[in-house]
Amino acid sequence: MTASCALETKVLCKSFGALAVANAINFQLLPGARHALIGPNGAGKTSFVNLVTGVLQSTSGQILLDGEDVTRLSQAQRVKRGLARTFQINQLFRGLSVLENVTLAISEREGVAGNFWRPAGKRTAVVEEAYALLDKLGIADEALRAVRELAYGRQRLVEIAVALGLKPKVLLLDEPAAGVPSSETGTIIEVIERLDPTIALLIIEHDMELVFRIARRITVLVQGTVLVEGTPAEIAADPHVREVYLGERVTP
Amino acid sequence: MDAALSAAISIGFHGVAFAMVLYLVSVGLSITMGLMGFVNLAHGVFAAAGGYFMTTLMTRYGVPFAVSVALATLAVAALAVPLERFLYRPLYGADELDQVLMTMGLVFMSVAIGKYFWGPTAMPFYPPAALSGQIDLGFRTFPTYRTFLIGSGAILVTLLWLGLERTRFGAMIRAAVDNRRMAQSVGINTSQLFTFAFAFGSALAALGGGLGAEILAIDPGYALEHLVYFLIVVAVGGLGTIRGPFVAALLLGVSDTAFKYLLPELGAFFIYALTMVILLWKPRGLFGQA
Amino acid sequence: MTAKSAAHTIATFARRHRLRPMEALPWVLAVAAYFVFPDYLALGAQILATLLFGLSADLVLGYAGIVTLGHAAFYGVGAYTAGYLAAHGVGSPIIGLIAAMVAAGAVGFISGLIILRTQGLSILMLTLVVCVMLQEAANKMTSITGGADGLQGMEVQPVLGMFRFDMYGHTAYWYALGVLFLGWAVTRTIVHSSFGRSLTGIRENVARMNAIGTPVFFRLVTIYTISAMLAGAAGALIAETTQLVALNVLSVDLSGTILVMIILGGVGRLYGAFIGVPLYMIAQDRFSTIDPTYWYFWIGLLLVLVVAFARGGILGMADAVLRRFKRSP
Ligand SMILES: Nc1ncnc2c1ncn2[C@@H]1O[C@H](COP(=O)(O)OP(=O)(O)O)[C@@H](O)[C@H]1O
Ligand SMILES: [Mg+2]
Repeated sequence: MTASCALETKVLCKSFGALAVANAINFQLLPGARHALIGPNGAGKTSFVNLVTGVLQSTSGQILLDGEDVTRLSQAQRVKRGLARTFQINQLFRGLSVLENVTLAISEREGVAGNFWRPAGKRTAVVEEAYALLDKLGIADEALRAVRELAYGRQRLVEIAVALGLKPKVLLLDEPAAGVPSSETGTIIEVIERLDPTIALLIIEHDMELVFRIARRITVLVQGTVLVEGTPAEIAADPHVREVYLGERVTP
Repeated sequence: MDAALSAAISIGFHGVAFAMVLYLVSVGLSITMGLMGFVNLAHGVFAAAGGYFMTTLMTRYGVPFAVSVALATLAVAALAVPLERFLYRPLYGADELDQVLMTMGLVFMSVAIGKYFWGPTAMPFYPPAALSGQIDLGFRTFPTYRTFLIGSGAILVTLLWLGLERTRFGAMIRAAVDNRRMAQSVGINTSQLFTFAFAFGSALAALGGGLGAEILAIDPGYALEHLVYFLIVVAVGGLGTIRGPFVAALLLGVSDTAFKYLLPELGAFFIYALTMVILLWKPRGLFGQA
Repeated sequence: MTAKSAAHTIATFARRHRLRPMEALPWVLAVAAYFVFPDYLALGAQILATLLFGLSADLVLGYAGIVTLGHAAFYGVGAYTAGYLAAHGVGSPIIGLIAAMVAAGAVGFISGLIILRTQGLSILMLTLVVCVMLQEAANKMTSITGGADGLQGMEVQPVLGMFRFDMYGHTAYWYALGVLFLGWAVTRTIVHSSFGRSLTGIRENVARMNAIGTPVFFRLVTIYTISAMLAGAAGALIAETTQLVALNVLSVDLSGTILVMIILGGVGRLYGAFIGVPLYMIAQDRFSTIDPTYWYFWIGLLLVLVVAFARGGILGMADAVLRRFKRSP
């Protein structure tokens, strides 16, 4: 059972002083999952991603990737085990070209990024792969432009492209549509829907339409605690969720 | 035994006097660095300016000591306002490197300006008659001026603490250091606050530079030579606090004096090593917030 | 159609690594300068050595984005190592150079291991403290370094046993030029490699580099060590060609000055040092004979102006002008 989880956390806890952002979180992400993590602002969703990826050190508890304990491993070591993430607020190499953003990720995955002597652009296989990835996401025409010159919606796609360049087994998307004008969210949904079905996907999102379109399972996090987990239908019907998460809509 | 005790008292006395000067000059740097996140290598320039103004007023124009100190402090505060507006402000939130370079430029300019107007040698500084000579504190005599320095330093430190703890301005500064966006959202005009804090910090530096002219002589290289010590006080103490730099200044002042007295062959080496250890142990300084 | 534009894009991407004809220019100029300014070869050799120092600083600052106020630490260790050897019977300049690189590299590696875990003000302070600490050590260890009087009694033998250092600086000039060329070749290879690009990535966004699995700390220590070795070589060059080592090679002043020089030319551009260092040093040579006081003033003013109006330095401005030029027709 445990070994079949792509990602699992066991009683994962993290607090900043008195503030508990992760409160004994038990969470399982199955291979090929389409799993959403929702919850009000400040619930600890981003912190959860930071804990899982190793940006933050947990106070206690365990994190397992493919059954293996990675709690004490560095960020880089976790990435090597197939974990990739995107950020809620773009974290890109803004001065570098779109193509290079992805190339850097692929070089790192291929283990050539520490090479001193061969010109980076002459690694044709790597660059071609990066280009093909951009092509698949529909941003190949901007490959040579600096990221900072792109519209924010397109930058969000680069953000995803960089993560996909790592060929992850587990992909954590932190509000991929955040800050994107609603006319452009369609492109992002499409990209997510077309992801390799073997990738275990955890998506954090506020846009309920997007969540219900993509997720087959939903976990609701409130104040660092898992409130409930279930299928979209179960979550939609859950009175607690309606009360806590949908807040003011509940009438006595 | 008596000799050892006497040496210890001497070291403690001169160390604390030195610490007061270091603290006065550096505390403003801690506030502005914590508040604006600005790496200001030119902070010592304001101290040097204070020292130059004060000594000039005293020696060239015969203005009394207290008046000179006050005028110099005010002049530097007034000078700091346009500098903040036109040179510092555009770089808030910019690369550290840009801040380092711009302020280094100011330091270089100050070296040249100091030399141009006041010559290459240190400014003469004669404390007023009432503060020169030795004073008998019952068990021993001490240099009067340094006793005055310690006393006035202690009063200033106390006023500063009270000011930051008790006044509205202090509360606003503390709020803005903790969380700038929050401070803005509760209606604090951070733009004005920054200017004011910068001018205030510079004025303190000027005060430190002026009062401390007897310990840290005012010469063209002032801002460059003592930069390392000012930075150590701030980095070791922790940004955005006023207590941290005080402890750091005491540590630095007393240990510097002690090493120079007891182990001159090791010079400042130990101090630097200690700084390094502290920064590695606590990268945000002894009292810096995470 | 798409296949063609794909190939085109990829080729364009690869092209920027190609050696351009323009890149021969500094070397042509350097050789020409030898014949045009025979009276200034000593200054020329110093410029070339400082250029190597500038290149090494640019690797750390411009590429990896480590704001250091203590790069002279490595330069100074290199200078003292070469100087000490020459004063104690090991006068071969090449051996001195290599020893200097090893010593400076070791200091870079060890201090890098210690300080590169921190960020922001701490790293700035720690680089600074390492530098002043070494200077203070050199100041006090008079038996080895000569203390404040400087190292005495250096005797540098001919380069490769054949070319004696002469008072006009002929040998010094060629020797410095040769070493600089090697240093440049290494630096250029590095900055164009995948490793070099990953350094740029670290400068641009550390959080993202961590998230794509980069061993960031390890990369930084590596480049810090390489850069320290190059700085050490530069220090050895200065020591050997001037036959003089004093405490100022370890000064914070120098650490700041080298930053100023590369900023002036343009940081993170490889050729920024080639513009900024000669410009600074020639101007200093001219002006400081008139009045060194003004020199500091103008340099300071220039720095303030560069930060306010021309953050890319001279090369950055040239780029901007060229771009406008290309766009307008
Ligand atoms: N590094 C940190 N230090 C202190 N508090 C933090 C830190 N990071 C996040 N927090 C706090 O933790 C809580 C959860 O934040 P976050 O995980 O970003 O929530 P979400 O992504 O669900 O909106 C928030 O109250 C936030 O202010
Ligand atoms: Mg979030």
